[in-house]
Amino acid sequence: MNNDMRSYLESTARERVERLFDAGSFVEFLPPSSRVISPHLGQLDAPVAFDDGVVVGRATLGGQRVFAAAQEGGFMGGAVGEVHGAKLVGLLRRAAADKIPAVVLLLETGGVRLHEANAGLIAVSEVMRAVLDARAAGVAVVTLAGGSNGVFGGMGIVARCTNAILMSEEGRLAMSGPEVIETASGVEEFDSRDRALVWRTTGGKHRYLLGDCQAIVADSVAQFRQAAIETIAACCSRPTAPGLAELEQEHAMLGERIVRFGAMTDPLDIWAALGIEEPAAIPMLDAAQFVAAASAHRLGGR
Amino acid sequence: METLTYRFENGMRALPPQPRVIGVVGSGNLEVLIESTPQGGACTIDIKTAAVGFGATWQAVMQDFHDRWQLMDASIAINDMGATPAVVSLRLDQAVETMLGATP
Repeated sequence: MNNDMRSYLESTARERVERLFDAGSFVEFLPPSSRVISPHLGQLDAPVAFDDGVVVGRATLGGQRVFAAAQEGGFMGGAVGEVHGAKLVGLLRRAAADKIPAVVLLLETGGVRLHEANAGLIAVSEVMRAVLDARAAGVAVVTLAGGSNGVFGGMGIVARCTNAILMSEEGRLAMSGPEVIETASGVEEFDSRDRALVWRTTGGKHRYLLGDCQAIVADSVAQFRQAAIETIAACCSRPTAPGLAELEQEHAMLGERIVRFGAMTDPLDIWAALGIEEPAAIPMLDAAQFVAAASAHRLGGR
Repeated sequence: METLTYRFENGMRALPPQPRVIGVVGSGNLEVLIESTPQGGACTIDIKTAAVGFGATWQAVMQDFHDRWQLMDASIAINDMGATPAVVSLRLDQAVETMLGATP
């Protein structure tokens, strides 16, 4: 199959890394043959993976030196355990130390790996700190979210700590996942089996309209590659560290969202309030049509 | 979890040095790590599987695999989450083909 047609959603983490970066440029750190596995899963009599569910390394992207990480959603939903998190932290710290221009995070994760309890929670918080430290050191950190497991939990926060997020419509980004909300607050609050509602609420189009992601692309590895090249160039042309003005702007935007949309119960109402003429048609548009219909109405884009 | 190990002597086909990993540790799937390691011409296979009690099936699938490929100085490690014998065979063939760029 030709690379332009390759689904990002249906690719494994290793396939994404192989096809998204310049051909043959990816060199893995701590490859599976080094067998750095979870110290916790064996004690629970659970299967381990030789890479603990994340591929990290260096590559070039459109000729630009980058570091990259790709989470494997097929292994425990891409959940972050102690080793998995340490690989992400190590990658980000080395990127800062080596003055690598950009780190590309191909995230697909349910968040903390609950099997590893506090070690997993600490790992995720260390990843957040490492992202911010890398940005402060001049490294642009860019998130790609187009996997079937979405980007949830603490890793949703990590994604929002990065310079930019690129999504497909199929990609999802949120804090608590649909089942978690239904379990905690009841099916009246959120019906996790209502697929259309789930994607309206957490999917790429809603995130784009609310300004939570910077670009939306069709579900293909080639489109993610092109968008990543453009986004990295844009991020590297301005300061990578979050400044006070940017944070204040972000807080103002979030405050405005609560005031304008806080009482609404369905994203369709929010899209109407944003001035979208036919909110019900939004889920059916392809990426290019959607951007044409949405770009004039979306919130700040950060 | 169950751990199974197999060793097949007198292989004839050598592997290139670059290790490869194929597949994902997910439900009904497995990962295969294949490496070229000196072991007196033998091919060893170490399996960790979540499906306990299928030793006889694994033995048959591994014997078939060895009969197909006759690997020498090969070390194969498998993390399995309940893959069926057909999936196991396909992943093993995929691993060897990825390494060799060839079919039996």
